[in-house]
Formats: sequence, structure tokens, C-alpha cells
Amino acid sequence: MKYLDEYRSEDLAKKIVAEIRRTVKRPWVLMEVCGGQTHTIVKYGIDRLLPEGVELVHGPGCPVCVTSLEMIDKAHAIARRPGVIFCSFGDMLRVPGSDADLLIMKSRGADIRVVYSPIDCLKIARANPAKQVVFFAIGFETTAPANAMAVWQARQQGIKNFSILVSHVLVPPAMASILQSPLNRVQGFLGPGHVCTVMGYHEYEPIAARFHVPIVITGFEPLDLLQGTLMTLQQLESGRADVENQYPRVVKREGNRVAQELMKQVFEVCDRKWRGVGLIPQSGYRLRKEFCAYDAEQLFDVRQIDTQEPAICISGLVLQGVKKPHDCPAFGKQCTPDHPLGATMVSAEGACAAYFAYGRHLQSLKPVQPQVVEAVPA
Amino acid sequence: MCLAIPGKVLEIETNSEGVRMGRAHFGGVVKQVCLEYTPEVKTGDFVLVHVGFALSKVDEEEAARTYQLLEEMKQLGELDVPEIEPAYATQSEGPP
Repeated sequence: MKYLDEYRSEDLAKKIVAEIRRTVKRPWVLMEVCGGQTHTIVKYGIDRLLPEGVELVHGPGCPVCVTSLEMIDKAHAIARRPGVIFCSFGDMLRVPGSDADLLIMKSRGADIRVVYSPIDCLKIARANPAKQVVFFAIGFETTAPANAMAVWQARQQGIKNFSILVSHVLVPPAMASILQSPLNRVQGFLGPGHVCTVMGYHEYEPIAARFHVPIVITGFEPLDLLQGTLMTLQQLESGRADVENQYPRVVKREGNRVAQELMKQVFEVCDRKWRGVGLIPQSGYRLRKEFCAYDAEQLFDVRQIDTQEPAICISGLVLQGVKKPHDCPAFGKQCTPDHPLGATMVSAEGACAAYFAYGRHLQSLKPVQPQVVEAVPA
Repeated sequence: MCLAIPGKVLEIETNSEGVRMGRAHFGGVVKQVCLEYTPEVKTGDFVLVHVGFALSKVDEEEAARTYQLLEEMKQLGELDVPEIEPAYATQSEGPP
């Protein structure tokens, strides 16, 4: 498949690993920001190809994981109402709230539907004029253009029985929050390629300068991640802290201006609570006043729901790159993808779920040393 | 969640609501894609698609340049190829 298979070549991967080994002189801690990047890294064992001392820690870039418990409880309160068709991306169905998940609620009779795109909700709304159709609008900047367009189109088409529950989160404030923490270990970032497809990467330049960290906007295929790692390490070894673009086949410095323009008309920046992390100032989007008729939080008056996170898991520290899934005593035992205790296990892109899916809960904490196996004649 | 994959645009039309839509081919699957955010895209182009929306055109020249860069590194790296360690190649073994 064009633009995917080319970036999965084992042969080329080995050469980049060799170049990384030649480059690295000191230990470094890098963070990949996106859950999709974490997934590729763990699936292909990219972290284990790196020289000793180069550590990849996994960032907060999984919107399913970081959607606050409070927001999930609000979603559930709306989905429970008679006359509501509650629509969501499939990823959110199994995320536990305080007492259930959407899948359990569906089995109890709530009208909950999985959609591929928020725009599908408009069709559902047109076909069900007596019902209220609500979409759970989660996501980073990557998903915001789609959600903005759904609201925009609803207004254009005069659809009155559609609204969205907005839980949008933004990457740059989360990166700044990680770098400001006294526990921070991160020295360089593999930046979020698809977020930057929309937003461009100029807004990362002040972060790189202020905290003196290299940020390399990186793609999602194995060779992208290896090259992004190499470029970050080259900067670190030479003392540079620039924003570079490993992913120019889709990311431009200015991003997608058409999408940004519509997002700006529909959304405004607000404070946002992140699951496992807490409140990060100016780290989310909410609907502008002009679009309040489409704001499910106001329409269903669930604003008073205020749920606190249980302090039972270390996902907040995993999301900030301070701890690894293995460091948690519950990982793979009480906490599994079937019974997740916290943010990083709830979605396939969460670091804990990725570690579990690729069998790392079965392995010892330290990398296994290769054993010499004598060749057996066939 | 931020998963976005490249697909080839097969046709472009404006639907009854006046929205610029297209059909795109993703390794065997054909899906409807909204092209409102990529006005420059033509039939035959590759686009990066996320939740039914094309977010950018895939730049063939840049894709070739990145690949070329990696290929050149291959020639440099010919003398020093680390083997992928067998213990990492399979993940079925438990701790001793």
C-alpha cells in the first residue's frame, strides 16, 4: 500500500538503528507524544532496538485515555436519558466511568451507536427527528476539524436535534506541563505528526526554545519513528534544541489553514481536566457561544457532575513519562484491558494496554539478554 | 485515535448539502471522504484521512525525498549492521 509499506522495511530499519548507535554518546530520555506512536513502538519493539541508555517514555497523546472520568460520567448521564441516541467512536465504548461503561449501558437498553465519523451523526439526526442525537466529541487537534465541521454543517442544514459533548484536548500545553514538572525526565520529543498535519508546528517552536528541548515532528510508521528518534538524538548530542519535521510528506509548518479557520469559528480554548493528570490550563477546546445550541453539556445540564479520580493507579505518572507500565504493581494483574483500573489501560493506544497487548506483562522488567544458540543442522 | 491513513482519491463530487466529498481507496477498501479541508486535491492524489476527513494531501515529492534520505543512510550503514537480537524477535517467552 502506497506510503505505508515503504516505511516498514526491515532492512532500512537496521541501517537507521546502526546510525543511531553511531550517534549516541550519552544516555537520553525521549518521549513520543502520541498513543499511535507508542503502539507502533511497542508492536515493532523499536524501543528495544535502541542502544542501552536511550529510553523512550510514553506520552499523554491518547485522547481516549486522557478523557476525564468526570466527562465520561457526564456522557453516561446523557446516554441514559430516554429519547437520546448517543453516538461515539468505538474506542470510548469500553472506557469505564464511575459505575459502568457505554457497552454495558447499551446492553441495558440505552440507544448507543458507534460511528466512523461525526458527520454520520447528522444522518442519524435527520432520520430520527423525534430523538436528540448526541456525539461524544473527544480527541486532539487531529479530530477537531471533523467535529467542528459536524457542528457547522448541522447549523447550515438547520438540524436542531444534534449536539456534541466536547472533551477536546490540546498537545502543546500538555508538553509544557510535562516539562515544568519537578519530576520531568524528558529531554527530547518525537512530536505528534497528525496533530501537526492540522495545526502545523510553529506553536512548538516557543516550547523548544523555552525549555531547550529538541522536538522532531514524527510520523507513525516504524521507519518514521526510527528516523525521528535519530534526528532527536542528533540534536541532543550536538546541543541543539530545534523543531524539525521528519514527516514532511504530510506535515507543513503552517498546517492546514482551511481546517484551522473553521475550528477557530466553532471552538475556543479553555481549561481542561485530563484523566490521570488533573487540570491543565488552556489545554482544551469548548464550543463558542454562537454554537451553544449544539453544546450537550448545557442542553442536558450535566455541568454539575464533578467526579474525582480514584488514586489507585499510577497512570498519571505513566502519561507524564515518569513511570513505565511495569512499575505498577497492578499492571497485568488486577489491571488488564478487560478490567482497566486507569487511563493508560482503557484504550488500545494507552501505554499500559500496548505493553499488555504485545506480551510485555509476561516478560521481566529488564531486556532479556540474547542467548547464544548453537545452530542445529536441518 | 489520531490514526490517519493515506488513501487514493477515486472521484470527487459535491453532495446535495453542498459538501465537497470524494471516494478514496485504502488498500482494498473504498470509503466516502470529506474533502472540504483539502480544496487543492484532485482525482488520483493521495490524501491522509482521519475519521472520514482528508486532512492533507500526501506530498509525493517529499515522500520520495524522505525515502531517498533513508536509502542513502543504508549505503553509509552497510559496514555496521546490528543484528536484531533473537530474544526481542519473539515475545512469547516468559521470565525465567
